[in-house]
Amino acid sequence: MSGADTTRERAAPRKPGLSRRRKRALSRAVQYAVFVAAVAALAVTADWGRLRNQFAQGDLAGEMFPEIITLALRNTVLYTVSGFVFGLVLGMVVALMRLSSVGPYRWVAGVYIEIFRGLPALLIFIFVGVAVPLAFPGTEIPGGTYGKVALALGLVSAAYMAETIRAGIQAVPRGQMEAARSLGFSHARAMVSIIVPQAFRIVIPPLTNELVLLFKDSSLVLFLGVTLQERELAKYGRDLASTTANSTPILVAGLCYLLVTVPLGFVVRRLEAKAGEAK
Amino acid sequence: MSTRTRTADTARTADTVPEIEISGLHKSFGDNHVLRGIDLEIGTGEVVCVIGPSGSGKSTLLRCVNLLEEPTGGRVVVGGTELTDPDVDIDAVRRRIGMVFQQFNLFPHLTVTENLTLPQRRVLRRDKAEAARVAAENLQRVGLAEKADAYPSSLSGGQQQRVAIARALAMGPSVMLFDEPTSALDPELVGDVLAVMRMLADEGMTMMVVTHEMTFAREVADRVVFMDGGVVVEDGTPGQVIGSPAHERTRHFLSRLLDPAMAEVEEGRGGPGPG
Ligand SMILES: Nc1ncnc2c1ncn2[C@@H]1O[C@H](COP(=O)(O)OP(=O)(O)O)[C@@H](O)[C@H]1O
Ligand SMILES: [Mg+2]
Repeated sequence: MSGADTTRERAAPRKPGLSRRRKRALSRAVQYAVFVAAVAALAVTADWGRLRNQFAQGDLAGEMFPEIITLALRNTVLYTVSGFVFGLVLGMVVALMRLSSVGPYRWVAGVYIEIFRGLPALLIFIFVGVAVPLAFPGTEIPGGTYGKVALALGLVSAAYMAETIRAGIQAVPRGQMEAARSLGFSHARAMVSIIVPQAFRIVIPPLTNELVLLFKDSSLVLFLGVTLQERELAKYGRDLASTTANSTPILVAGLCYLLVTVPLGFVVRRLEAKAGEAK
Repeated sequence: MSTRTRTADTARTADTVPEIEISGLHKSFGDNHVLRGIDLEIGTGEVVCVIGPSGSGKSTLLRCVNLLEEPTGGRVVVGGTELTDPDVDIDAVRRRIGMVFQQFNLFPHLTVTENLTLPQRRVLRRDKAEAARVAAENLQRVGLAEKADAYPSSLSGGQQQRVAIARALAMGPSVMLFDEPTSALDPELVGDVLAVMRMLADEGMTMMVVTHEMTFAREVADRVVFMDGGVVVEDGTPGQVIGSPAHERTRHFLSRLLDPAMAEVEEGRGGPGPG
C-alpha cells in the first residue's frame, strides 16, 4: 500500500508551490483550529451556572430514580415491543399479500403501504386515540392505552416492515422456491419452511433498525391521554419538567432513550457488517 | 464400477410401460413460442439424454415434465397420472419426480442432513428417526456421509450437486430429471457427479438428462434426443444420434460441440469409470 503510494508520489511531476499532501494537511489544521475556537467561544459565553441549574440538578435527577426506570422506561419498552410484535405480524401478512398472485390482495396491500408510509405517525396516534373512539362510541380497543399504542405503532411500522420483508423475500434466489416445489412442497409450505427463514436472515438488520425508530416513536403517546401509571419516558420527563419548572427531567429521559438506542444501533451495524461478510 | 454399455437393440422403449409420455407439448412465454409440439415417450428404467443448442427449449421441456412451467398445450403424463389435468394434485406428482438443477439450489440455511430431512418431514410426513435414516443412507450412496453436518457453502460445487441428488433421492422418486447437472462445475469435479448418475442408471432409475457431456450420453444413455428450435429433430440410440446423425442440424451441432469438447474429454475430463 504505502509502497505504491510513495512510488506514485515520486512519479508525480513536481509542481512549484505546495504538494497535494501538504495542502491537505494544512486544510485539516485549519478545520481543527476553527472547531477549537468554536468550542472555546461557547465555553466562555455560556452561562454555566444557569445551565447546570436548568439541566443537571443532581438531587432532582436522583429523585427520578427508580421511577423513571421502573415505570417510564418500562412502559416505553412495553409500548415499543407490543407495537413491534403487532407490526411484524401485520407487516408479514401485508408483505405476503403484496407478493400474492391474487390481484385484489396486491392492491389492498399496496394501498395500505402507501397510506401508512405517507401519513405522519402523530396523525395515526390521534386517529387511534381520538377519532376512532368518537366515530365508534362504545367500542373499546382491547388493552386500554397499551392496546391503542400497540395498534398505532403497529399500523405505522407494519407498512415499513412489509416493504422490508417483501424485499427480503424477493432477495431469496428463485431457485430456492423451484427446488422446494420440485420436492413436493406446496407454495405456502415452501414459503414458511424455506423462503421466509432465509428472508428473515436478510431483514434482521433493517427490522432491528425499525425497532429503534419505534422506540423513539413511542414518545407520541404524549398525545394520548394517559394515566399516571401509563406514562412513558417522554411524558414522564415533560410532566416532571413542568411541575418542577426545570429541564433536568428532560435530560434524564433523553439519557434513558440513548441507553437503549445507542447499543441497539451498535447491534444493527454489527449485524449489517456480518450480513455483508456472508455475501 | 460397471459401466453399462448397451447396443441399439437393448434399448427398452418398446417392451415397457412408458414412465413419461409427452404428446403435442407446446409452451410459449408471451410471443416467444419455445416448445413447438414435442412428442416423447420415456420407458420405465430408461435413460434419455436431451442435447441441443442453448435456447432450444431443453430446460423448458424438462420443467414442463414436473410443471415448474405450465404447458400452453398438449399432454404430459408421468407414471400414469396426467399432469396437465387441472384436477391433478401436482404436489403429490412432484414427490415422485426428482429434479436436479444446474445451480444445485441447496437450502443454504440448513445443514446437509437437514437439506435431506426437512422435505421428507414436511412433505412426506416421515418421523424424525425415519427421515434421518433415509438421509444417512442417501448421503452414503453419493459418497458424502462425512459431510452430514456441514453447511452447503462449505462444500465444493461437485459435493453440493451430489447432496442435491441425494436430497431428491431421499424422497423416493421413480423418475429423475437433470438439467445440465455438471455445467456449473469446475472440470475436475464433473466426474464425481457423473459417477453418481451412472450408478443411478445402473440401478434402473428412469432418467431424463439435459447435458453437453457427450461421453456420458454415449455410454450411459439408452436414447439421445436432439432438440433445436423447440422441436425434437432426432431421437434414437446414442450410436444413431451421436454416431451417425441423420440430420444436418444435428451434425452441425455435434461438430461444433464435439471438436473442442472431445479434446477436453480425451484429456481426462471423463468420469472415473472406464472411458
Ligand atoms: N421463464 C421464462 N420466461 C420467459 N422466457 C423464457 C423463460 N424460460 C425460458 N425462456 C425462453 O425460452 C427459450 C428456451 O429456453 P431454455 O428452455 O432455457 O433453453 P435451453 O435450456 O435449451 O438453453 C429461450 O428463448 C428463453 O429465453
Ligand atoms: Mg437450459
